[in-house]
Amino acid sequence: MKKLVTAAVLSAALATPAFADTTKIGFIYIGPVGDFGWTAGHDRARQELQDHFGDAVETNIVENVDYGADAERVMTQMAISGTDVIFAASFGYGPDVNAVAGRFPDVYFQHATGYIQEHDNISLYDARFYEGRAVLGHVAGKMTETNTIGYIASFPIPAVVSGINSAYLHAKAVNPDVNFRIIWTYSWFDPALEADAAETLIEQGADVIMQHTDSTAAIRVAEDAGVMAFGQASDMVDFGPTAHLSAIVDRWAPYYIDRIQAVKDGTWEAQNSWMGFAEGVIEMAPWNDRVPAELQEEADALVASIAAGEYHPFTGPINRQDGTPWLADGEVAEDGALATMDFYVEGITGEFPN
Amino acid sequence: MILGSINPAVLMAALMVAATPILLAAIGELVVEKSGVLNLGVEGMMIMGACVGFIIAVNTGSPFIGFIGAALGGMALSLLFALLTQALMTNQVASGLALTLFGLGLTALLGQSYVGITPPRTPKLDLGFLSDIPFLGRALFTHDIVVYLTIALVGAVWWFLKYSRAGMILRAVGENHDAAHALGYHVKRVRVLAIMFGGACAGLGGAYLSLIRVPQWTEGMTVGAGWIALALVVFASWRPWRAMAGAYLFGGIVVLQLNLQAAGVRIPVEYLSMSPYLITILVLVIISSGKGRSLNAPGSLNKSFHASS
Repeated sequence: MKKLVTAAVLSAALATPAFADTTKIGFIYIGPVGDFGWTAGHDRARQELQDHFGDAVETNIVENVDYGADAERVMTQMAISGTDVIFAASFGYGPDVNAVAGRFPDVYFQHATGYIQEHDNISLYDARFYEGRAVLGHVAGKMTETNTIGYIASFPIPAVVSGINSAYLHAKAVNPDVNFRIIWTYSWFDPALEADAAETLIEQGADVIMQHTDSTAAIRVAEDAGVMAFGQASDMVDFGPTAHLSAIVDRWAPYYIDRIQAVKDGTWEAQNSWMGFAEGVIEMAPWNDRVPAELQEEADALVASIAAGEYHPFTGPINRQDGTPWLADGEVAEDGALATMDFYVEGITGEFPN
Repeated sequence: MILGSINPAVLMAALMVAATPILLAAIGELVVEKSGVLNLGVEGMMIMGACVGFIIAVNTGSPFIGFIGAALGGMALSLLFALLTQALMTNQVASGLALTLFGLGLTALLGQSYVGITPPRTPKLDLGFLSDIPFLGRALFTHDIVVYLTIALVGAVWWFLKYSRAGMILRAVGENHDAAHALGYHVKRVRVLAIMFGGACAGLGGAYLSLIRVPQWTEGMTVGAGWIALALVVFASWRPWRAMAGAYLFGGIVVLQLNLQAAGVRIPVEYLSMSPYLITILVLVIISSGKGRSLNAPGSLNKSFHASS
């Protein structure tokens, strides 16, 4: 009997540290992991995280979580069921993350692309998509034959706006005649609408399509119409082997692994991280063979100089759309200005949506 | 200067394509509601058709068989609704909502291994010299066969409801199920058949999205088209040709706003994108508050029937 009790105590003592070592991590996604775009990118990172730590972490996901009450309910449920870290992988979760974080000060919250940070258990993280868009713009400007580039945009938030401006500036730099046609869909994911938008842009003369929406529909349309396109957030080459020139691929895994290691080491602190090519959080998908070798080299060199910090995609002189100066010659945009960007740069036709 | 880049013939052609999926779903739901049943599961049946149609088309290599499969898939889901509301007498609104959630979840599972696949191409109908007519040729005669069959279906439903004996029985059941029952008509049989027809049409509408308009399978790809179809039925005051006009108007607004944006014209897209959903909410409030009568709604709409009552 005594032996049995000792054994029980021993096994409990052995079991406890093992239990404490397993970090429980929850992920909430705005779309399905099968979107082959944004949400797929986050879920790739989750899998890498799981592979990296093995049994030392337990990850759970909830897909298709709407902003607002739904997100708050899911995160609360995660928090009360013993989750240590919650990754909220979309811009619009901001108010919900802050509400839940206030009620659960012992849970760490990681909010992607957000800007609200009311509690010290919230870290924000974002990628410098405009760095990737600069490369797309450069290649698009050289590849276009009609000098018209079609852009399918989601919502007029700074991340999308700075992407449009960056792509335009770099297309314009290599092709002074280039012209951007922009369609706002006011949705992250609507395959039929994105397909219609792509068709409209092609009909109006665009021969390169860029998108800042999450479905693969536009790539399909571009493939069928025999024009070129760039994927979004994931390598979308399977949907248009001829059309797909490249894509900005999100790689959140290094950051996710870093943050979970910090939790395990007890060194986690609230941060606001904005990462780009340098940190490996974004990278270019392999170039399509139809992109000439020297252009591939140019683009790779552009990536390298941005990663090395030698070149900033927003380097003056740059004027706003109405012609008023924004950046003086040689001046580099500050992060604060980019994170709140709400205007088009000079040369883009079409009015900025309010 | 910029408006010159919009080609009206192409605009017309595009709006017919944009309108077809919601028109298919709406014409089916119109018949269902004419029989006195409110099925809010249109979105679920559409996504079911999109998924099943895609899977079958890919496996058989024939979009035609895919469309048939889509109709059967939508019908199968609608039979579940028929079982719940006609045999088990459950609340129609709640059952319809459940059907939508069930359809979205089930298709996410079924379609998992079909993401990223290209479906077999649906050929454009060759209309010979008609397609060569200036303007009209490009606008009206360059489509796939489904666009024309959908218009034919609207005509058939109109004729059926207005002139056929079976159509009059269906309307009688929808207007006053007790009177129809007293005359010896099988209220539930009529309603189950109408529900099945609605399911098949919604399934076809979904397959039009996944096989022709997008064309690929993505989870949740209908994104509210079923709800727009529902609103359309009410706005058409349950009249087939008006439903078609409404669908073309809606398709036209979508296509026109995309064209205006691409041409650089500033329009309030945020409100336009919101409007179908606001209208849908308004319409659902009107129907469920019982004020639908003034809009020409069928008298027994959304009322359960039991022979004893």
